[in-house]
Amino acid sequence: MASAPSKLYADDVSLVVVLLDTNPFFWSSSSLSFSQFLSHVLAFLNAILTLNQLNQVVVIATGYNSCDYVFDSSSDLNRSFENGRMPVMCSSLLQKLEEFLIKDEQLSKEEPEGKIKSSLFSGSLSMALCYIQRVFRSGALHPHPRILCLQGSPDGPEQYVAIMNAIFSAQRSSVPIDSCYLGSQNSAFLQQASYITGGVHHKPQNLDGLFQYLMTIFATDLHSRSFIHLPKPVGVDFRASCFCHKNTIDMGYICSVCLSIFCKHHKKCSTCGSVFGQAQSEAASASDKKRKTPET
Amino acid sequence: MNNGAGRRINGAAEEDDDEDDVNGDLDAWERTYTDERSWESLQEDESGMLRPIDNQALYHSQYRRRLRSLSSTAARIQKGLIRYLYIVIDLSRAASEMDFRPSRIAVIAKHVETFIREFFYQNPLSQVGIVTIKDGVAHCLTDIGGSPESHINALMKKLECSGDSSLQNALDLVDGYLNQIPSYGHREVLILYSALSTCDPGDIMDTIQKCRKSKIRCSVIGLAAEMFICKHLCQETGGTYSVALDESHFKELILEHAPPPPAIAEFAVANLIKMGFPQRAAEGSISICSCHKEAKVGAGYTCPRCKAHACELPTECCVCGLTLVSSPHLARSYHHLFPIAPFDEVTSSHLNNPNCKLQRNCFGCQQSLLDPGNKPGPAVVCPKCKRYFCLDCDIYIHESLHNCPGCDSLRHS
Repeated sequence: MASAPSKLYADDVSLVVVLLDTNPFFWSSSSLSFSQFLSHVLAFLNAILTLNQLNQVVVIATGYNSCDYVFDSSSDLNRSFENGRMPVMCSSLLQKLEEFLIKDEQLSKEEPEGKIKSSLFSGSLSMALCYIQRVFRSGALHPHPRILCLQGSPDGPEQYVAIMNAIFSAQRSSVPIDSCYLGSQNSAFLQQASYITGGVHHKPQNLDGLFQYLMTIFATDLHSRSFIHLPKPVGVDFRASCFCHKNTIDMGYICSVCLSIFCKHHKKCSTCGSVFGQAQSEAASASDKKRKTPET
Repeated sequence: MNNGAGRRINGAAEEDDDEDDVNGDLDAWERTYTDERSWESLQEDESGMLRPIDNQALYHSQYRRRLRSLSSTAARIQKGLIRYLYIVIDLSRAASEMDFRPSRIAVIAKHVETFIREFFYQNPLSQVGIVTIKDGVAHCLTDIGGSPESHINALMKKLECSGDSSLQNALDLVDGYLNQIPSYGHREVLILYSALSTCDPGDIMDTIQKCRKSKIRCSVIGLAAEMFICKHLCQETGGTYSVALDESHFKELILEHAPPPPAIAEFAVANLIKMGFPQRAAEGSISICSCHKEAKVGAGYTCPRCKAHACELPTECCVCGLTLVSSPHLARSYHHLFPIAPFDEVTSSHLNNPNCKLQRNCFGCQQSLLDPGNKPGPAVVCPKCKRYFCLDCDIYIHESLHNCPGCDSLRHS
């Protein structure tokens, strides 16, 4: 695309990367059906594209076994400018989404009961950030990117470190992460993500009116957010959980080698094997440390 | 063509008169040819045509060399995450030299400010102090502490240079201070040395041995030329010595000290540190803030042990001394504990193999991996998930993101 004059790239041009949760374990038990959810989301995405001719939308599906791009409004296949008509995006998005869901289901393996059925949120968040970095590299004239997470699955504690890495990287690049939680509990990861990066977090009370929530809260571009009243972050809990009992604590003990959190005094760190109170040897540090991730 | 005519015709009047006098009868544009020799970096391809200089590939190969040198040993190197670093700034006569524009001390001050911010961003639990050497005497400019603003403000006020530089006095002072810190902390000194000599009251070799016994890791960045004593100091204490060639190189060298260095395990005793995780103060509550000594409404945190008010985290509670942090501060360092493996380059034999099904787009950003001529371009592959990434994503993933999108997008990897 030829470089547009700067007058066209006004402050309110946005690139919205939408992370769509397609976890079948969540949608099978949700009060809103997946098809109704899609109709809300498609109307919302079309609305974003009408708000400004230069707006772009990218959709990444967050599955249970994999993640993939399903729609990019700036790709040549999706732009049809004949007769000045609006590009029809529904068919290509739905088709790609269906292919993704079939592939995702085929990757399923037998899993033990009782595990938390979370989606691969950290994977799609990392992909979104890589895409946004590509947009930043494309030159001085680019839309202002933000990420919108439509998640309903519960938080997977094994993804904590990866999600925090992604959040800090987004904070560094000034990319806000908005989140709309569709499940029944609360998602601490989404609340922290939106709080740290300066995005908006909301949990709609009535899922039948999802389109209304999306339009009034999440459709505003970054420049206009200073004039609009958006839901404030309430009660984001930054207390940590101890590694031994997973309880939330407000005072604890930190291992100085690996920063693991404990609620009581121990003689040895269970994560890195350091013995407290005496200098450890090199051998202890090279022992097999599994990617055991803490939970908050 | 004499100097005056050359300048008029070419309009190359940017250089000062001083520089013209120094460099004889060369114009500014001629000087760039003699200094830079840009023709030497041109390459020819098989048919003798000039190949465009591939800056991106050069940048990427430099980055990969750096990554390989950093992770040359086993993948999991223990790093010192709780660091107590003293920055020693040489304010002797040599620091006011103008070979760095506008002067060495101005460049040093600017980049020390960037470094301090980057240091606290990457090591939220660590503390920094600043020591200056002026007129042969070392002074402590700021005490060791965790607030970047106080260090930067103090530094910017005191930038006058005079007198000689004394390495031994600085090391003695720092050694005295670092002996008071807790045993689980890693002790480090970063010396920014502009002078070419050191005027010491005693035997500096004894001081170096004393630092070595106190387990202080000393690193030096020189701005003038390589000195034996600095090299010896760094070798004895396990630090790194480098000399800056120009301003951008200096910035690169100083920012290399921001991420935690590999820790020598015997240096710091493992210990359990008691820390508090304060909650935000309730909306509308009024309390007297202990750092500003005035009443504040609502904002801030409450120490869980003594209920005193603190304005920002991380900090130490002014009343009871408990270290107050929030869980994201600890999480900022977790990527050092779980690093991702460097990606492998996709070899040209692999690319040209017709049996191998190539991925056409970078998995992270969906950019096409094919050349304009539809031939496979440079790419890297993750050794675990076997996904292909473009060179820019490779740099972003390893420098900033610390997650592999391919590995995180596969449940059974």
